[in-house]
Amino acid sequence: MASDALSRVFAALADPTRRDIVARLAVVEDATVNELAEPYDVTVQAVSKHLRVLEDAGLVSRTRDAQRRPVHLEAEVLDLMTRWIERYRRQAEERYRRLDDVLRSMPDDPKDPNDIPPTSPPQTGAPT
Amino acid sequence: MNTTSPSETEIIADPDIPLIRIIREFDAPPEKVFRAHTDPELVVQWLGPRGIEMEIDTYDCRTGGSYRYLHKRAGEEYAFNGCFHEVRPSELIVQTFTFEGFPNGVALERLVLEDLGSGRTRLVATSLVDTFEGRDAMIASGMEFGIREGYERLDELLAG
Repeated sequence: MASDALSRVFAALADPTRRDIVARLAVVEDATVNELAEPYDVTVQAVSKHLRVLEDAGLVSRTRDAQRRPVHLEAEVLDLMTRWIERYRRQAEERYRRLDDVLRSMPDDPKDPNDIPPTSPPQTGAPT
Repeated sequence: MNTTSPSETEIIADPDIPLIRIIREFDAPPEKVFRAHTDPELVVQWLGPRGIEMEIDTYDCRTGGSYRYLHKRAGEEYAFNGCFHEVRPSELIVQTFTFEGFPNGVALERLVLEDLGSGRTRLVATSLVDTFEGRDAMIASGMEFGIREGYERLDELLAG
């Protein structure tokens, strides 16, 4: 199921260490497990575990036969994911920029007795 | 997964439950942000997607109230409705959300307004959907390609 695949990518990227690994691979392209483990205060085994999660999600691949077994970033999968989220984020940001404008246009004193209190029953059934 | 840039909208798609969280700060006190969410005349000015006319049928934003609105574009109409489960002035709005084109689906939405002082507010909006597929469809909605094409593309990439 592609839906599960998408969820696996989300889950894989939810961990800060795994996000960092992906970010570093985006720069160096290929790296060995030992190279990837170096900056972290965790065992090589722990990093291998993170890599397996990234591999299962399709975000990284490893050459089976080579001696070094370098880890390779599947940049297209990452791009697709980033585009989905970023597009959604931009839509929310556009909406909230309109809300910024609405907030700026509102009177400064909400306690004004002539103001409609927020809990008053609003007009219903009337399309605006 | 989480994208951050200062003062811009932040999105978090939870890996363990089908939830999306949106975080955004506003240069206005919670009272104002709350009113912009509860007064239908203000809501209509910002809530609809860009380029789509929003028409409010009902908008009774108080505990036990309900709402229904339509998005109109090029002769097509999309209606949404839900109930306001809990509304606490300047603090909290808990509501349900259903797209009438898929009436069996319902999301539980929670809006929390946090007073940051100095006339600023942090808004945290959480949508809990009933399936991961529904959540992912929400994120993919409005993409240049639809959710199906997106999944197909992902399948291709993962198979390749």
